[in-house]
Amino acid sequence: MLRVEAQKQLGEFSLDVAFSTEGRVTGLFGSSGAGKTSLVNIIAGLLQPDRGLVAIGDDVLDDTSRGLHTPPHRRRIGYVFQDARLFPHLDVSQNLDYGRRMNGLTYDRDAQSRVVDLLDIGKLLDRRTGRLSGGERQRIALGRALLAQPRLLLLDEPLGALDADRKAEILPYLVRLRDETGVPMVYVTHDPQELRRLATEVVVLERGHVARFGSPDILSGVTMPTEMQALEARH
Amino acid sequence: MLDISPAEWTAILLSIRVAVVATLVATPLGIAVAWLLARREFWGKSVADAIIYLPLVLPPVVTGYLLLLTFGRRGLIGAWLADHLGIVFAFRWTGAALACGIMSFPLLVRPIRLSIEAVDRRLEQAASTLGAPPWRVFWTVTLPLALPGVLAGMVLGFAKAIGEFGATITFVSNIPGETQTISSAIYTLTQVPDGDAAALRLVGISIAIAMAALVASEIFARRATKRLHGL
Repeated sequence: MLRVEAQKQLGEFSLDVAFSTEGRVTGLFGSSGAGKTSLVNIIAGLLQPDRGLVAIGDDVLDDTSRGLHTPPHRRRIGYVFQDARLFPHLDVSQNLDYGRRMNGLTYDRDAQSRVVDLLDIGKLLDRRTGRLSGGERQRIALGRALLAQPRLLLLDEPLGALDADRKAEILPYLVRLRDETGVPMVYVTHDPQELRRLATEVVVLERGHVARFGSPDILSGVTMPTEMQALEARH
Repeated sequence: MLDISPAEWTAILLSIRVAVVATLVATPLGIAVAWLLARREFWGKSVADAIIYLPLVLPPVVTGYLLLLTFGRRGLIGAWLADHLGIVFAFRWTGAALACGIMSFPLLVRPIRLSIEAVDRRLEQAASTLGAPPWRVFWTVTLPLALPGVLAGMVLGFAKAIGEFGATITFVSNIPGETQTISSAIYTLTQVPDGDAAALRLVGISIAIAMAALVASEIFARRATKRLHGL
């Protein structure tokens, strides 16, 4: 169970959210500037809340009232960024192996091949990262996060940089990820369609606050509003 | 050109030894300083910054004289080092290496600092979410990505060290076989009649060493840059 009660002032913008979720895939939905990425960064430990609490089950990661802040590298929370952030000086298999090395986990050939098969990246293992397509990069980033054996996986608009065809290419992998790995996920997007495919629970963020919370049904009738797209275009 | 006398060989080898030792000792320190300046805010940072760049703007004779005052036999640090650790800098080749290291330090630090500043911090964040503590992020992400700058800094530092003259001759004098580098040998040769041919030979050799260092750094930098773009 993920529990977040956090306040954070970022310049003019103030984030003030509280929710707890048992969901296998919790969708974080909102337009650009709603605070989705800030919230995910707080969960990952990359951003410290001004006030509040972040906990996974009984493990409290942030509690400002006790001055507690667990740094990102001790959280075991995987993070898949919109821009993949593969290490350019390492090849694909070294990228995949990075989390295992850093966490001092023993090499597990089965786990490795399960993830490689799940994401269909076997043919890419010897490649350098520079010539990969956007979809391939995102699959490697997913595999890299998974192989660090996280207890929670954060996905911040993992399809955001991809065109419609690439999105359609990756989405089935995410569904398999949800059904086969059992790692709970927080999935950030401004596309309600992705959440209807993936999410088991949805948090709707508006201007730094939780506007609605519930099953993906709360998104029924919500398409990506044109004014939201216009807002995005402006950013 | 090829008729190099034993005395000239001594000066050449000494110059190389001094510059190599100065560069190798200064590099780890330079990386640490560059990282601090690039990634940390601390009290007195602008003063620290100025002190590091001071040898670049001070007359080399001044730096040499200050070294003599602090690291000389009776100098504050020099006396302590000589009495307790048996390390003597004054009028030794090690002193030449110290002078060259300090004179080349600003040139060594600057490219390293710039390349560390250019490392995408989002990659460092990604590494930390994968379980890497800060020091491992540095070793596995920041430093490898800053490698072209480290190499550029080392070559610049080496070039400065091998050509250093003013601070070295002030601090450790011009003793053949101990502190007489190529530069001070050329200087001596220009002061005596019939020294021109020998001076020209040494000039040619300095040019050759400098060119070799530049070509080597270019090759390394190209390879490193290619790696950085994931190719």
